Amino acid sequence: MNLDSKIPEGPISEKWSNFKFHAKLVNPSNRRKYHVIVVGSGLAGASAAASLAEQGYNISCFCYQDSPRRAHSIAAQGGINAAKNYQNDGDSIYRLFYDTVKGGDFRSREANVYRLAEVSVHIIDQCVAQGVPFAREYGGLLANRSFGGAQVSRTFYARGQTGQQLLLGAYSALERQIELGKVKMYTRREMLDLVKIDGSAKGIIVRNLLTGEIERYAADAVLLCTGGYGNVFYLSTNAQGCSVTAAYRCYKRGAGFANPCFTQIHPTCIPQHGDQQSKLTLMSESLRNDGRVWVPKKASDCAKKPSEIAEEDRDYYLERKYPSFGNLAPRDISSRAAKEACDDGRGVGPAVNGERRGVYLDFADAIQRDGLKTVKEKYGNLFDMYERITGENAYETPMRIYPASHYTMGGLWVDYTLESTIPGLFVLGEANFSDHGANRLGASALMQGLADGYYVIPYTLPNYLARVGAQKISTDRPEFADAEKNVRDQIKKLMSVKGTQSPRHFHMKLGKIMWEYCGMARSEESLKKALELIPQLRAEFWKDVKVVGEENTLNTELERAGRVADFLEFAEVMVRDALERRESCGAHFRIEHQTEDGEAKRNDAEYSYAAVWLYDGEGNPPKLLKEPITHDEVKPVVRSYK
Amino acid sequence: MKVHLKIWRQKNEKAKGRFETYTVDNVSEDSSFLEMFDILNEQLVAQDKEPIVFDHDCREGICGMCSMVINGVPHGPERETTVCQLHMRKFKDGDTIIVEPWRAGPFPVKKDLVVSREALDQIQQAGGYISVRTGAPQDANAVLIPKDTVEKAMDAAACIGCGACVAACPNASAMLFTAAKVSHLNYLPQGAPEKDRRTIAMVEKMDELGFGNCSNYGECQAVCPKGITLDFIAKMNRDYAVAKAKQLAAQGQ
Repeated sequence: MNLDSKIPEGPISEKWSNFKFHAKLVNPSNRRKYHVIVVGSGLAGASAAASLAEQGYNISCFCYQDSPRRAHSIAAQGGINAAKNYQNDGDSIYRLFYDTVKGGDFRSREANVYRLAEVSVHIIDQCVAQGVPFAREYGGLLANRSFGGAQVSRTFYARGQTGQQLLLGAYSALERQIELGKVKMYTRREMLDLVKIDGSAKGIIVRNLLTGEIERYAADAVLLCTGGYGNVFYLSTNAQGCSVTAAYRCYKRGAGFANPCFTQIHPTCIPQHGDQQSKLTLMSESLRNDGRVWVPKKASDCAKKPSEIAEEDRDYYLERKYPSFGNLAPRDISSRAAKEACDDGRGVGPAVNGERRGVYLDFADAIQRDGLKTVKEKYGNLFDMYERITGENAYETPMRIYPASHYTMGGLWVDYTLESTIPGLFVLGEANFSDHGANRLGASALMQGLADGYYVIPYTLPNYLARVGAQKISTDRPEFADAEKNVRDQIKKLMSVKGTQSPRHFHMKLGKIMWEYCGMARSEESLKKALELIPQLRAEFWKDVKVVGEENTLNTELERAGRVADFLEFAEVMVRDALERRESCGAHFRIEHQTEDGEAKRNDAEYSYAAVWLYDGEGNPPKLLKEPITHDEVKPVVRSYK
Repeated sequence: MKVHLKIWRQKNEKAKGRFETYTVDNVSEDSSFLEMFDILNEQLVAQDKEPIVFDHDCREGICGMCSMVINGVPHGPERETTVCQLHMRKFKDGDTIIVEPWRAGPFPVKKDLVVSREALDQIQQAGGYISVRTGAPQDANAVLIPKDTVEKAMDAAACIGCGACVAACPNASAMLFTAAKVSHLNYLPQGAPEKDRRTIAMVEKMDELGFGNCSNYGECQAVCPKGITLDFIAKMNRDYAVAKAKQLAAQGQ
């Protein structure tokens, strides 16, 4: 198999226009003959389903929640980037493109990123037209803020709930199409297999989570919009139901998985309270605009109250190490710096398993400078949330934060048209690998999800459909029966182990392995250790997992068992990828590859490629293909934020 | 800490439900209410018993999926807080806590604490949108919207669609939910062209689905995790009256 990224000809600023002009179209009256499956109803899924339905295609949309409005895009707080330059501070499409490529540590595909920056301006127009209540200035114009290490103010936001407001916009468009009969919505369904006919994606197998029934659905193309795999770490900021399952099962059917080791650890999450923790809560990194990050200079001060630590005994380590970006240093850099401070024994907060894992985020200066009222106006909901979770008042005492798994840049490989290595299987949003390289900048996830759904797939999918033609695929075909049997066999296998430990037990154990050996800092040694431990844990899982209850009913243990089984296989692909990439770049930090002052050391000569892993049958290691990443526009430089 | 629980168990929509009693020990007071449920479920699994099924997903108070009536109050004792954000430090060691599903005719119990809230989506489908196609609408700054207006729309748009308002209402009314959805769009200039049509369609859909009427109990506002107020119901009633009057006038009645 060769990886053809299908990047259009021409200068970078004209590639997308060239593609659109040369793309094949489907006549309006023929569109109703096509049927498209959309799996997932977050920003990417809902926007794609609604936009394609508006064009006239028939859509079936699936989500595992009880309503499409609950997809995890909803939890994004901070904002969405767009190169509008409304603030007259030097922003442009080219600058957003440049920042994204640089922020991704030169491991993303330039043509995709340029397109993302180009359509970003339309996304804001679209969302406002739908009624998204973005923050405004008194004059009635849209307000912006600087976010997550950007030196221009290009982030649009709706209080601390930008994700929810954008999702409600996409969801309202989706609901309108449901009412019009162009979208059929299937809630509480989990995709468990992809059906291929003559090599192309033509359907899916889902489990109805309420009844346990296994259902077959056929279509002319399948759009996978199923988010990321951050829950491989067990503790993450993802929702409980987020998993790698849909993507992984496509991988097992032949879709290449690209850069799985690129996982983002978000710097501003509430630290773990203890062993009973089920998830970590993120607080918008907009807090870093006004909060100052510090730890005590001396380890002996760590048990003291923050108010008892004198100013000169505090180490504002981000300001010290990165004077020009200070507390706004990008996510990977801030996260690693927090880890280093805690590794150094200077972490704060209650000790969990004998270690203090937290750093202060202090608003005292901001309150003194701008007044309590202004700080409350800007961040009130975040301070409230912090108090609800920790029981502490952050207006009076500094917040405690620590990094947590948050977003995955890796995902199924796609070409410029968002098509995976399986013809007819398109992958959108966080589920694909395309735009963020080795590290995603703040407020860019919402942008990418909506770009893919509103502005890319409505052009690239018709180009595919027009080529293959409408086929009325029957779900009675043997390929559907085979895939259904595959799903039923796995469920039976899970139910029949009848061991002694719950699926959650194995998920927690896997999470610990991944966090310790394949987390914020990785080494040859730690990764090789993980490669020993994961297969052992997997063997233990299949010998000793206990799934109580029945399969033909709402059974959350069975759901979790299936997801954990996939994580246990996928984790190994992720570790292999991290091991194979013998360089540090973006969120992937190999401790053997750092500069003298501890910064990531990229190796462009040998690793400027996307690593694409292909399934090669049970028990065999996956095959590695490489898509070279070239930089025609942006000259790779050392990513310095000093 | 140690807590005793009386939890509603129901096999499926048709089965008769009942309360079962459980005790959970060694719960950290820093744990969330749902983490306490996780511990209980692990305990049940260890005893080969079927765990309690409950809806939850984001566990950060925004997806609107979690839904438990705790000691008679939807989302429990803490104001403006979803179940997933409720922490055990709000309870006392040795407490007995009663946990039930949302109870309302249009929200059938599917199993244990899980109900169907499809009806809320149906209200949204009736008119909770602005009819705009994906494409190239005018520039986002072309229409100026006063800050106060957008803030009011945002107050309404903060609704997470959890349905606690319905569960709390003695009439099982969905007025607060519907009013939040209607008001979000009706406040904005973009929503103006479809304002009358939207209001009538959503209110009538709500009635058709079997939700009750509002009698100004205010229970909905008291339990709303996002602080949505009764003012929006007043606004919706006004918008509805105006829309209806216009409709009747247009029909020459």
